[in-house]
Amino acid sequence: MDAFLHQVLAGLATGGIYASLALALVMIYQATHLVNFAQGELAMFATYIAWSLINAGVPYWPAFFLTVIFAFVLGVVIERVIIRPVEKAPVLVVVVVFIALLVILNSVAGWIYSYTIKTFPSPFPAEPVFGKYMSAHEAGAIGVTLVVLLLLYAFFRFTPLGLAMRAAAQNPESARLVGIRVGWMLALGWGLAAAIGGVAGMMVAPIVYLDPNMMGGVLLYAFAAALVGGIDNPGGAVLGGFMVGVLENVLGAFVIGNELKLAVALVLIIGVLVVKPSGFFGKVFVTRV
Amino acid sequence: MTPKLVPIAALLAAALASPAAFAQKKYDPGANDKEIRVGNTNPYSGPASAYGTIGKSIGAYFKMVNDQGGINGRKVVWISYDDGYSPPKTVEMARKLVEQDQVLFLFQTLGTPSNTAIHKYMNAKKVPQAFVATGATKWNDPRNFPWTMGWQPNYQTEGRIYAEHILKNNPKAKIGILYQNDDYGKDYLNGFKDGLGAKAASMIVKEVSYEVTDPTVDSQIVQLQASGADTFFNITTPKFSAQAIRKAYDTGWKPTHYLNNVGASVGAALKPAGLEKSVGLISTAYYKDPLDPQWKDDPSVKAWEAFMKKYYPEGNLADQSNMYGYTVAQTLHQVLKQAGNNLTRANIMKQAASLKDYRPETMLPGIRMNTSFNDYAPIESEQLIRFDGQQWQRFGPIIGK
Amino acid sequence: MTRRQLIPIAGLLLAACALPLLVSDYRVFQFNLVLVYAIALLGLNLLTGYNGQISLGHGAFYAIGAYCAAILMDKYGVPYWATLPVAGAVCLLVGFLFGLPALRLEGLYLALATFALGVSLPSLLKYHHLEKWTGGVQGIVITKPEPPFGLPINADQWLYYFTLAVAIVMFLLAWNLLRGRVGRALVAIRDNHIATEVMGVNNAMYKSLAFGVSAMYTGVAGALGAIAIQYVAPDSFNIFLSIVFLVGIVVGGLASISGAIYGALFIQFVPNIADEISKAAPWAIFGIFLIGFVYLMPMGVAGAVRMAVARLQRKAQNGK
Repeated sequence: MDAFLHQVLAGLATGGIYASLALALVMIYQATHLVNFAQGELAMFATYIAWSLINAGVPYWPAFFLTVIFAFVLGVVIERVIIRPVEKAPVLVVVVVFIALLVILNSVAGWIYSYTIKTFPSPFPAEPVFGKYMSAHEAGAIGVTLVVLLLLYAFFRFTPLGLAMRAAAQNPESARLVGIRVGWMLALGWGLAAAIGGVAGMMVAPIVYLDPNMMGGVLLYAFAAALVGGIDNPGGAVLGGFMVGVLENVLGAFVIGNELKLAVALVLIIGVLVVKPSGFFGKVFVTRV
Repeated sequence: MTPKLVPIAALLAAALASPAAFAQKKYDPGANDKEIRVGNTNPYSGPASAYGTIGKSIGAYFKMVNDQGGINGRKVVWISYDDGYSPPKTVEMARKLVEQDQVLFLFQTLGTPSNTAIHKYMNAKKVPQAFVATGATKWNDPRNFPWTMGWQPNYQTEGRIYAEHILKNNPKAKIGILYQNDDYGKDYLNGFKDGLGAKAASMIVKEVSYEVTDPTVDSQIVQLQASGADTFFNITTPKFSAQAIRKAYDTGWKPTHYLNNVGASVGAALKPAGLEKSVGLISTAYYKDPLDPQWKDDPSVKAWEAFMKKYYPEGNLADQSNMYGYTVAQTLHQVLKQAGNNLTRANIMKQAASLKDYRPETMLPGIRMNTSFNDYAPIESEQLIRFDGQQWQRFGPIIGK
Repeated sequence: MTRRQLIPIAGLLLAACALPLLVSDYRVFQFNLVLVYAIALLGLNLLTGYNGQISLGHGAFYAIGAYCAAILMDKYGVPYWATLPVAGAVCLLVGFLFGLPALRLEGLYLALATFALGVSLPSLLKYHHLEKWTGGVQGIVITKPEPPFGLPINADQWLYYFTLAVAIVMFLLAWNLLRGRVGRALVAIRDNHIATEVMGVNNAMYKSLAFGVSAMYTGVAGALGAIAIQYVAPDSFNIFLSIVFLVGIVVGGLASISGAIYGALFIQFVPNIADEISKAAPWAIFGIFLIGFVYLMPMGVAGAVRMAVARLQRKAQNGK
């Protein structure tokens, strides 16, 4: 029983990692109706910027906020400069642009920072919480993710800007008619997603150590988590992240062994999606013929 | 003559002929009066990109050698391609190097699957696949593959060393193993189990694997702790070694912790994990860890630092791969020096197979390289080391040949 | 096909046949891989370009085909040419079986499902219970086939011609399939699956069949690839391969048969070119190439060629 609890808590800790990136994926989906495969690399790149700042002597929290701002600006710039020319192209073309972004960011990070792992500091104390089951940082990271989630929720639900963004994504034509600058809404969405990704990266790096391939493995889990929770539901994505983390750990430790745990976890998730195509908490869209 | 004896006979014939041939210049494609072309593939991208620094450090070393006048008056032309750790790409790049770039031989091609993919090709083409950058056991097979030679102590030997240490010091140990689920991990695992012999089944209480794409190995550490193991054999690469060391400490699990040499870098694994969390780690070594304070004033390490600053400034001084690259490059330097003016492929292999007690000074004291026509394993000895919180203390005798 | 269209195709075939006699063995090997990728991309294009079902996991079918060939050749001594139909049949079945539950999934969700397939396959290949057949992490080494009947060409050239022959057959089959009822049904389903359902087209059967046939093509390509490389290992078939295939069909041209060839040329040669341009960050250069290609040619190279040809034809007509 003790072992089981330990695995569950460890699963929640890794789940927190997936949840934070899943939030960024959902954010960009809500703004653009596209899943950005380069989200992980954007997060990783932002984290390296933070590392450079901290290495240059900037204290943690100022570096943190500077990085969030930098990531936001980077997201906006990428949308306006790189994504805008292919806005009208078929979806797969945009996907290929995302893939190109992914390899570019990964390669440039490796070139500038090399591939050896770097430590990234944590703002949380070093003593473990919950006895020996979870470190303070892991608990803190989960907390940060939840705070970001709340902020996002409030933003979309209660602010006019959030409403405008949702409108621009759902129905660009009508949104334009009521005066919403759809182009800038998309850019804003990208900026926010990049900023959230930056936060995710800075929370994840102390656990997995910073290197250019840091987010590669995480992206798949985050993608699965976002879908299982409902791709248009930030809360669902976070919950999905925790579910995926715990599922993976429990499967690996008690059911199928570590070799196949990824395959089985994914099969289960896809099984869920076959039965409930919008995920657990997503909205079901009924299209009129 | 049977096919297997032909290559040995050829080498013997070359050996007998060599004194007269030394003064004469003999060239195979890739060598001439001015240069020696050396080919290489390394994973500069992809999941194993952390090792790409080896190729870069070797390139930097030969830049230094060229600046100092070259080898026997010839410059070394270092041609290294990225294979992304993907065997099909390695095949393509190896063929490019041999058939298009016309290199004299390949050196330090990295990765077990990558080298397996070109193993037959290199031997069919009779081009040396020299000092490959993998610890798999299959490279020491001069009868069947006379053109392929390894360099580092192989993983199975290292696994056996730990097994023997456990059998001697804690025969009732309950062992938990974490291994990377690929060729390298499995090689260590097999060597370890071999070393335990008949007691393997009873002593190993838990074996868990992980993939390079896994974000963390925390779950695996938790599983190992829950199994009640009091001894831990940790077969991981530096990033995951750091995670494993840290998690084991944080969960309060205090096993006798054996860490494979690949992950035992102070800079790349122990420091990120936390030096205080790494106390008591046991590993083996055959060359000096650049970040280990005991070598602070060692002239060879200082020479390496000067080399890095001048020729590979963007290289990480904390990464022991850069020391590895420097040391293996020196080995090739020695072989090429020995070859003199006879720069045929056969002679390159012959010289590589004629190392007698050779040691670059960056290797640990007492460890030397020996090769012969039926011994294609240059380094077969290692030293057990234990981490005391500050540095790796060598203990016990040098194990191996 | 009109006589007009036949001329460039005949010219291309002639060039393809003459190639091995004109270039070095290394280049023949590279073009062999181009042919292999062209078949694989044709398969993926059938599914994603013509039928609109996205697949981020086609590398898995490539791997299954490759391992079929390797296991048959290594463990059962089957001659290399006989492994192709087996690889094709196995992948046809697997693809079809995968396509069935995938019917319920659309767009993103299908992408995830195929992504999952692509990601999990290496772990399956390494699974220790299957090690007896797959060789586990060590992989399987196979011997290169020699030219038959003592033909005066070397092994590389023979394999190229063999692959070329298979490619011609597969391309002809695909062309025939796509210009008939099946092709129209597939495209119609892609464009408006509700309308096709209403009109009595059996969506489910066509979509699953599309998966199966697409997998079959990529599986045959995998087998040919394994024979050319002479080695299969789990590391050769990771998710990046699937992504590269997707990039290939988009750059080459979705819903286009010639697109498969352009795409294959792109994914084989552009990474090498990028490596020559920059040793420090070659994949960044590749990414820039990629963005350049899709900006300049959003319909793929095939689309751009089509437009260029149309423009030339219009000019010729206006000139009359």
